[in-house]
Amino acid sequence: MSETSVVHGPHAHAGPSLRRMMLEVILALLPATLYGFSQYGWPALFLFLTCVLCGLIIEALCLRLQKRPLRALGDGSALLSCWLLALSLPPWAPWWVALVGALLAIGLVKQLFGGLGQNLFNPAMAARVILLIAFPVEMTRWVQPLALGSLPAPGFLESLQITFGGAQTDAYSSATLLGHVKTELSRGTLLSDALADIYRPLQALLGERAGSMGESSSLLLALGGCFLLARRVITWQAPLGLTLGLALPALVMYLIDPLRYASPLYHLLSGGFMLTLWFIVTDPVTCPASAAGRLLFGLLCGVLIYLIRTYGSYPEAVAFALLLMNAATPLIDRYLRPRIYGRNRQGAALQPFNRRAP
Amino acid sequence: MKWNRWRGGVHPAGRKEESSAQPIRRLPLPELLFIPLQQHVGEMAMPVVGVGQRVLKGQLLAAGQGNISAPLHAPTSGLVRALGEYSAPHPSGLPLPTLVLEVDGDDRWADLEVAADPFALAPEDVCRRVGEAGIVGLGGATFPSAVKLELSLRRGIDTLVINGGECEPYLTSDDLLMRERAAEVITGARLIRHAVQARQVLLGVEDNKPEALAALRLAALGTEVEVQSVPSRYPMGSDKQLVKWLTGREIPAGGRAADAGVLVHNVATAYSVARALVHGQPLVSRIVTLAGGAMAHPGNWEVPFGTLISRLIEGAGGYLQTPARLVMGGPMMGMQLPRADVPVVKGCSGVLALSAAEVAERAPEPCVRCANCVRGCPQGLMPLEMAAYIRNGDLKGAQALGLKDCIGCGACSYICPSNIPLTHYFNYARNELATMARQQRKLDATRRLAEQREARFAREQARLAARRAAAMAQTEKSQ
Repeated sequence: MSETSVVHGPHAHAGPSLRRMMLEVILALLPATLYGFSQYGWPALFLFLTCVLCGLIIEALCLRLQKRPLRALGDGSALLSCWLLALSLPPWAPWWVALVGALLAIGLVKQLFGGLGQNLFNPAMAARVILLIAFPVEMTRWVQPLALGSLPAPGFLESLQITFGGAQTDAYSSATLLGHVKTELSRGTLLSDALADIYRPLQALLGERAGSMGESSSLLLALGGCFLLARRVITWQAPLGLTLGLALPALVMYLIDPLRYASPLYHLLSGGFMLTLWFIVTDPVTCPASAAGRLLFGLLCGVLIYLIRTYGSYPEAVAFALLLMNAATPLIDRYLRPRIYGRNRQGAALQPFNRRAP
Repeated sequence: MKWNRWRGGVHPAGRKEESSAQPIRRLPLPELLFIPLQQHVGEMAMPVVGVGQRVLKGQLLAAGQGNISAPLHAPTSGLVRALGEYSAPHPSGLPLPTLVLEVDGDDRWADLEVAADPFALAPEDVCRRVGEAGIVGLGGATFPSAVKLELSLRRGIDTLVINGGECEPYLTSDDLLMRERAAEVITGARLIRHAVQARQVLLGVEDNKPEALAALRLAALGTEVEVQSVPSRYPMGSDKQLVKWLTGREIPAGGRAADAGVLVHNVATAYSVARALVHGQPLVSRIVTLAGGAMAHPGNWEVPFGTLISRLIEGAGGYLQTPARLVMGGPMMGMQLPRADVPVVKGCSGVLALSAAEVAERAPEPCVRCANCVRGCPQGLMPLEMAAYIRNGDLKGAQALGLKDCIGCGACSYICPSNIPLTHYFNYARNELATMARQQRKLDATRRLAEQREARFAREQARLAARRAAAMAQTEKSQ
């Protein structure tokens, strides 16, 4: 025999490796990302590269400090976290926002909690929330999409100025749909008027609107998500729960008073919902492990998004709702376990079979 | 379409065509047979033959002792050459008391006791004869079959399940047995039904064995045996899962199949019961699958117990390449053999010579809680959580999560994308817990003895004091 140590079974193994699963998620994100670059031009690309590069360097540093092998960098988890973070940033944000974001996501939320698999919160969403609270101006300065190469779009050098040089971008700025509606409603405008010239579902589907890179094209994100479902990298429970959790309250309120409350479609197509639906709420590390747990997790997440969007003071709710539910994950895992064979739901052994019983 | 009766499970590549293409073959008898005295669960068998004694095929070599044990019979005729320690087919390779039989080549049967009509025997007699034939669970558990039969007869069950699942990849010994000897499998099933007085007999075969199904259905025509096709999903051949699928009942946690009103026996066990009762032949050989990427000629061989595995592989054409790992049993639950010069025993359903590519060993990575193991677990456990508890040394915590309900099927380890050896964790924890329980019992016994000693001492003191007081009183009175 070529080996002397005795190995326990199974003596076969199958299924994709961790690295492969991560790469497939990144592959699913690629269409939406590329489309984001084309919509928001060079600054978006620069910001994205800054975020990902910083993230990888920080991950490497942390691994080094913990004396772990650097090959763990190759599992793709840091790349994926930073990729998702970059997709949720305003595309024309300055470079240091990306740097601080990467530091928070990888350094604080992931590695400080023990590295891959140990983090309680989703690194990208936690970093986004901290950034939003710490740098509200930079994190809410959105721009209308300007197709790469079109006349009003900034050129290469101008874009370098935007990302790295602190150039003023106010000339281009514009509110997101959610932000606009929130402002208008708070001024007492009717919803129909607030939505009149800004809300077009088809546009939301395709992504020609102000927002972060990952929020823009719902269609491409859904395409990537379906690919992951088909490849069995993600499961359907959490996305279904999230959709129901957001759409059902929205539908009820919309039927009660369509003048004040937006339609379910509006909620499903706006903000970071699509990105969350396919790529965040399905993050295995921070969501419950059982099928029922994942369904509940998604459901509560959706309800929270609706509540925060409708009654909260922030226009965007996804990241907040997700963090709250991340914190509840251990609790859900504790109480929602699958029933064990031969036991009832309470964990007691089943009654023995009695031949004489009817 | 039957309702999906249990969740979980995995779909490993079958790899069965390689060994199922050829019929069951036999090899020339080897010169020596090495027969370990422990080939079953329970007490070791006690030799009843002496060194230098001539024995005939089927003659009793060692008798079972105690409540749970099984006798051993001579796999062929020859001379008892020695009784000594010999390496057992076990990952440890540790030696076991073993009878060495020098084969004379005549292969002459001893006089066999045959019942005219085994179905006319009393159920208790059938159980006794099964026990005397040395039959044990041939699916791999090697639990003495007669013990199970007697328990089921006493306890009263209504359903007999015959397990033709054979869900382990590579293995086809049951498949070939069902194809070629379907009639005897059915007879065995009917005899077992008679022995335990069951109301119905369900024979479940995975649907990846259409030829076996056809043969069994034909053989079962006009009998009370109901042959059912079950989906190919690992571990369908586990008794808990097969019982659930066929009857809709679950075996209560910590209980036996009889607690669900069911008795489960493997098809090869049923076949052996037929051989024992119809022909009077005790269990002296079995069908062994040789397979794996490193095996030159995969196939099935009927092998007398005690044949060295190295000898068997050599006779079957040897290796194609140096195997990366030798496994006894299937790749999912089988155990690694550190060496090939160990004997074939009753529990040996197959020997796999796996190539490096098949073993596909990869370094473990951190758990990302993908929960593939939760989805794959046929028992409804959360392997990732149990492993996390065990890694942190909280074995009791893991037990509270259902460690004892784990059937060790390996489905979780098989599909873990981080290659975490989950099954290994669970076996480790179970062993540790068993050791702790043993130590606790020992401590309790010591404490009880000490307390009893103290109580005895105190009683003795009290008695002496009383006597002294009485004597004093006596003296005072007399003065």
